[in-house]
Amino acid sequence: MTTGPTLRTPRSQALGLGSAHHGVGHFIVEHVTAVMLVPLGLWGAWVAIQLAGQGYDAAAYWISKPVNAVLLAVLLVCTLVHVKNAMQVVIEDYIGRFVTKAALLLLNYSVCVLAGALGVFAILKAAFSGAF
Amino acid sequence: MTGGIGSPLLWRWHITMATSIFHRVSIFGLYLSALLLAGWLLSLAGGPGSYAVYTGVLGSPLGLLVLFGLTFTLFFNLAYNVRQAFWDMGKGFKLAQANAGSVAIIAFAAATTLAFWAVLFILGVL
Repeated sequence: MTTGPTLRTPRSQALGLGSAHHGVGHFIVEHVTAVMLVPLGLWGAWVAIQLAGQGYDAAAYWISKPVNAVLLAVLLVCTLVHVKNAMQVVIEDYIGRFVTKAALLLLNYSVCVLAGALGVFAILKAAFSGAF
Repeated sequence: MTGGIGSPLLWRWHITMATSIFHRVSIFGLYLSALLLAGWLLSLAGGPGSYAVYTGVLGSPLGLLVLFGLTFTLFFNLAYNVRQAFWDMGKGFKLAQANAGSVAIIAFAAATTLAFWAVLFILGVL
C-alpha cells in the first residue's frame, strides 16, 4: 500500500489485496466431488469385495475391462481432488505460521498430483499390458 | 470461525459436534486410502511379484486392522457427504433433524463397515 500523495484512487490501491474470491470455486468443487464420490465409493467397496484375496490374475483381468479402468481412474482422481481441497482447508484452519502453512500446502498439492499421475499411469499400464 | 477443534462453536459435547469433528478426522482416513489405492495400482502395474508383496502387507494382521479402521472412516465420510448435500439444499437444519442425521450417519458407517467385513469373512477371504 503506497502512502503520501498519489494519483491512484483508494479503490485501485485495494484491488487485489483482499479476498481472491477463490473460496466459492473451492467450495463448489469440494461439494460436487463429495456427491460424485457417493456412488463411486459404493462401487469401489463392491469392487474391493470382488477382488480381495483373489490374486494378481483376477485383478489384472478386472482392470483390462475399459469400463472398470475408466471408472477406477475417475474414482481415484475425484478422491484426490476431494482430499486435496479438504486437507487444504484443514491446513489453512490450524496452521498460522506462513512458512509452515505454505510448505504444507505445497506438500499437500504435490502429493495429490503425484499420486494421481502415478495412479492413472498405473491403471493404463495394467489395463493395456494385461495378457487378456 | 471454522467449527473445528478449538472453536468456540464446540463449547460442549453434542452429537452434531462429534460427527463434525470425526468428519475432519475421516478426511485423513480418506487421504490415506487414496494413497493406498494409488499404491495398489502401482503394485498391479508392476506385475505379479509386486502385487503379491503389496497385498501381503495389506493382508497382514496390522494391515487388516488399518483397513478396518479406514473402511469405517470411508463409509462415515460418504454418509456425512450425503447429509452435507441436504444441508447445501437448505434442508435438515432443524435441531431434531440434525441430531437424527448424525445418529443415522454413525449407524450407517457402523452397519456398512460390519457388513463389508462380514461379506469378506463369509466369502472366505479373511
